[in-house]
Amino acid sequence: MLLGRTANGLYWMNRYIERAENMARLVDAGLRMALTRTQSASEEWNSVLLSAGSDVAFKQKYSDYTAADVADFLLRDTSNPSSTMSSIETARNNARMVRTALTRETWESINEAWMSLKRMLARPIDERDLPSVLDAIKRETALIRGSFYGTMLRNEIFDFSQLGTYVERADNTARILDVKYYVLLPSISWVGSTLDNYQWESILRSVSAHRSYRWVYDADYKPTNIADYLILNVRMPRSLTFCYRFLSEHLKFLGDDYGERHACHATAEKTQAMLRAGSIKDIFDAGLHEFLAGFIRDNTRLGDEIAQDYRFY
Amino acid sequence: MRLAAFDEMLPEVSGLRRPYSAYDRWLKEQDPARLTEKMQDAERVFRKTGITFAVYGEQEASERLIPFDIVPRIISGNEWRRLTQGIEQRVQALNAFLDDIYHRQEILRAGRVPRDLIAKNEAFLPEMIGVRPPAGVYTHIIGVDIVRISEDDFYVLEDNARTPSGVSYMLENRETMMQLFPELFQKIKVRPVENYPQLLRQSLAAVRPQSTKGAPTIAVLTPGSFNSAYFEHAFLADQMGVQLVEGQDLRVVDGHVAMRTTEGYKQIDVLYRRVDDSFLDPLTFRPDSALGIPGIMDVYRAGNITIANAPGTGIADDKAIYSYMPEIVEFYTGRKAILGNIPTWRCSEPDSLKYVLEHIHELVIKEVHGSGGYGMLVGPAATKKECEAFAKKLAAKPSNYIAQPTLALSTCPILTEKGLAPRHVDLRPYVLVSDRIQIVPGGLTRVALKEGSLVVNSSQGGGTKDTWVLDD
Repeated sequence: MLLGRTANGLYWMNRYIERAENMARLVDAGLRMALTRTQSASEEWNSVLLSAGSDVAFKQKYSDYTAADVADFLLRDTSNPSSTMSSIETARNNARMVRTALTRETWESINEAWMSLKRMLARPIDERDLPSVLDAIKRETALIRGSFYGTMLRNEIFDFSQLGTYVERADNTARILDVKYYVLLPSISWVGSTLDNYQWESILRSVSAHRSYRWVYDADYKPTNIADYLILNVRMPRSLTFCYRFLSEHLKFLGDDYGERHACHATAEKTQAMLRAGSIKDIFDAGLHEFLAGFIRDNTRLGDEIAQDYRFY
Repeated sequence: MRLAAFDEMLPEVSGLRRPYSAYDRWLKEQDPARLTEKMQDAERVFRKTGITFAVYGEQEASERLIPFDIVPRIISGNEWRRLTQGIEQRVQALNAFLDDIYHRQEILRAGRVPRDLIAKNEAFLPEMIGVRPPAGVYTHIIGVDIVRISEDDFYVLEDNARTPSGVSYMLENRETMMQLFPELFQKIKVRPVENYPQLLRQSLAAVRPQSTKGAPTIAVLTPGSFNSAYFEHAFLADQMGVQLVEGQDLRVVDGHVAMRTTEGYKQIDVLYRRVDDSFLDPLTFRPDSALGIPGIMDVYRAGNITIANAPGTGIADDKAIYSYMPEIVEFYTGRKAILGNIPTWRCSEPDSLKYVLEHIHELVIKEVHGSGGYGMLVGPAATKKECEAFAKKLAAKPSNYIAQPTLALSTCPILTEKGLAPRHVDLRPYVLVSDRIQIVPGGLTRVALKEGSLVVNSSQGGGTKDTWVLDD
């Protein structure tokens, strides 16, 4: 038996842990672009902020896009509710609230991540330290994930946690693709300029997939392959299909355990069926942007339905 | 301020006391540098596990640790037996008093306690008149604060009959000591306290409503994660294997209190609440309370839920009632109180007020409804100006205060940078009441870390120690 409020806390705890890490990854990819291509750096930082869903808030505070300001805003600014620091703080507050549902190892890893990031992000980050800060953020979230997977019982507590992780991750991957969808469109990709290569690598880097891509496809970057990898590949842990495979699985466990199906089950299955049946050609033919916009909308609805069906509030 | 205090390990007159002899032998073999290291280890353990408490009114550092001292406070088996007899008697009297006060009020008719003291007391809940809680128990979980001033003299400083806190520290302190010094526990037979959560669970199950079918569903009610004692609420729920609920999780469904789960509303039979009376039910008490459950008092009156501790138990541990405890104990148990009270001046009485105002620099003066060491004056430690300011407050509303002599609380050594140094301590054993009374051998020893200080409250710079009751 699980309280609705506890399920809610677990769900958001994991969304925010995922988000804390995604912010670091986005800054990492932006940094790489800015280092390799100084001319359009501000445009790249704009894309990063768009992917993070933080563009509007950023513009209210700053007039120009500089690496230092964007990194500060996305990593340590506590007035930005999605920054790594805010996210880890929210994750920890949720973890504190649901503490009785967590193993000691999981709670301690979250508490320690919070303590160590709070210390590290207390002062503005020197540009020279940025790479090591990004590494540290990824390491802390990896430790949380490790303790979580290593010690948690695979029950409803685990299911609600995973739902949070995969809803957030699917949203993140879809946004990254949508911000850059135009560089993946065939009309541009035929040109295959150096610029495009950088852009493509940046997309892969923001989902930590620039190396694994080469293991699956040939060494050349092809826009259809990149889109295929991030949308349809079943084994790529940040692809939309991968996320929905697990969303459906955990929803099914819950449905079987409780002996009751809800609206969220239908929504997740519909998206999963669509991803399974689709080919990348179909998606491009129907319009990549339209596909992604629809996906993000449905994914948000799934989150709302989970909250309602399982009495989060 | 210096008081000649009785040291529980090394009294000046008689030398090392027996309960400490084995520990002392071990201590002398230890490398001081290693002990200092262990002290730091202990702090790391506490911070990592998040055993913190919130301090009201401090914006920064809103989560702090209660300092932990690694020298245990040791009580012999004999001393403990004496204490438990006194505590049991007192707890029986407290429950009998509550039952009487909310029913026939014999003790008022007999004139042993003034009627005004009850009727005009905010801690007295008229809503509880005539209500008989399940199993007839009012105060289920009690923390009795005890001080010692000599080899044989123990006094009760305060009865905490509402929602005593600190038991998680008793358990974590022991856990930490066992991690730091496993070899000590092989050498010295210390009675275990670890089973407190099981005992608490059994005790709560035993006082379930009569109508409960099958195993009762138990939950701990917390005001939420921003409450200063939240760690303890979560800890106890976790250790007992029951749900930790907030008011927003609960509502009254079909005459029962039920919690919102992922599968719908589920009935609760026993609620261990860590929310004050006035916040419990916005329909009965404070209408602005968002922490409680509208209608829970109706369910309670119908006998469909056990609330532990019962609403209205505050009338038994009120500081104004405290001074009548010797009479109360005798009235209900027919015997003189085994554990004494500290002599107390009720400032509401003109003669007492006069005495207190004349001797303000010698006395400890407390607010009747205060707790946690807030709003009190320790005369001998206060400046002349502070005394004068306090005297004005006192004269303006005498009935709000009681006064007690400044006692030379016993001391126990703590480990400082310069080695062992004596500090004043008190003791809070935890008592569970169901169809029987159980006292876990141990308790929370609070220690005033500042040299000479008599205020042991954690909110005022106090620390804690592991408390050992020897198996002898």
